[in-house]
Amino acid sequence: MIELVRIDERLLHGQVIVGWGQRLDLGYYVVADDDLAASEWEQELYAGGLPGSARAFFLTVDEAAVRFGQLDEHAGRGALLTRTTGAMRRLAEAGALEGRAVNLGCLGGAPGRSRALDYVHLSPDEVEDLRAIAARAGPVTARDLPSSPRVPLEKVLRDLDG
Amino acid sequence: MTSPRVTGVVVAHGDVAASLVGAVETISGVRGALVPVSNEACAPRELRRRVEEAVAGGPAIIFVDMASGSCAFAGHQVLRERRDVAVVTGTNLAMLLDFVFHRELSLGALALRVVGKGRKALEAHEPAGPPEGDGRGGTDAGSGREDP
Repeated sequence: MIELVRIDERLLHGQVIVGWGQRLDLGYYVVADDDLAASEWEQELYAGGLPGSARAFFLTVDEAAVRFGQLDEHAGRGALLTRTTGAMRRLAEAGALEGRAVNLGCLGGAPGRSRALDYVHLSPDEVEDLRAIAARAGPVTARDLPSSPRVPLEKVLRDLDG
Repeated sequence: MTSPRVTGVVVAHGDVAASLVGAVETISGVRGALVPVSNEACAPRELRRRVEEAVAGGPAIIFVDMASGSCAFAGHQVLRERRDVAVVTGTNLAMLLDFVFHRELSLGALALRVVGKGRKALEAHEPAGPPEGDGRGGTDAGSGREDP
C-alpha cells in the first residue's frame, strides 16, 4: 500500500530513503516522472541508493495515474514520488489522489522561487499547482522528515517571502 | 608542456564539504586545491550550476559524499557532459589529503589513486572482550534493557 505521497525534487535521496523509508518501513518507491521514465542511467543512479530489499518503479505520470490502484495494492509499504508540483497536479487531476494526504518535501532555492520554509521554495506556478492539488486530493502539508512538524499548505503559502 | 593540475570539487550535504576542505587545508597547508559545494537548500538545477561553476575550466575530480542522492546526481550530470571531469563517491579525508599532493597526475590515474587511498583508510577494529571477572557478556551493553 502506498503510505506516502510526496513532492520532492531530489526524489530518492537520504531524507526519503532513510528518514521516511526507515520510519515507515518502505519496501517500494514509485517515481512518477516523464523524463526519468525514459532515462536508464538516471534510474540506475537513483535506484543505487536504495537498501537491498527495496524496489523502485519509474513510470511516466500518465502510467502512474492509470496504474495507481495496482501500485497501491502492491505487497508491502510504498511511497509515490514526483519531483515537480506539476506532475503531482496531473495525478490529482486524473483522480488518482482522492482523499490522499500529499506531503511537500524538498523544493530548494532557485531563481524565480520564493522561500516559505528552509526546505520549501515556490514559484507562482508551483503555488497554483499546490492549490489545484489541494482541491483534488487530501490535505497538503509540508514536512521534510517524520520528526518535523506538519505545516499546512495555507501556512506555507502565507509564509512565502515577498 | 606540463598538464594542468587537477582541481577537486567536494560536493556534499550540509556543511560537510566546507568542513572537509577546511580540515585538508589545516592538515596539509595546501590551499586552493579543493572547492567546497553544499547542496543546502538548493534545487537540483541550482546545485548543478554550482558544481559546473566550481569545475570551471577543468580538469577536475568531483568528490561526492554518497554514491547516490542529490550530490551524486549533480556530479554525474556534469560528468556526462565533460571529458575532463571524473566523479569519486564515498569521499573521505584520507583521499582528499592524498589528492592535494598529486594533482599533477592524469585525471584517470589520480581518480583511481585516491579511491585506493580512501578504501585503505576504512577499517573495523572489533571491541576487546569483556574485562576479567565481569561475568557478563558484552552484547547487552547499551541495549537499554533494564535488569529486574
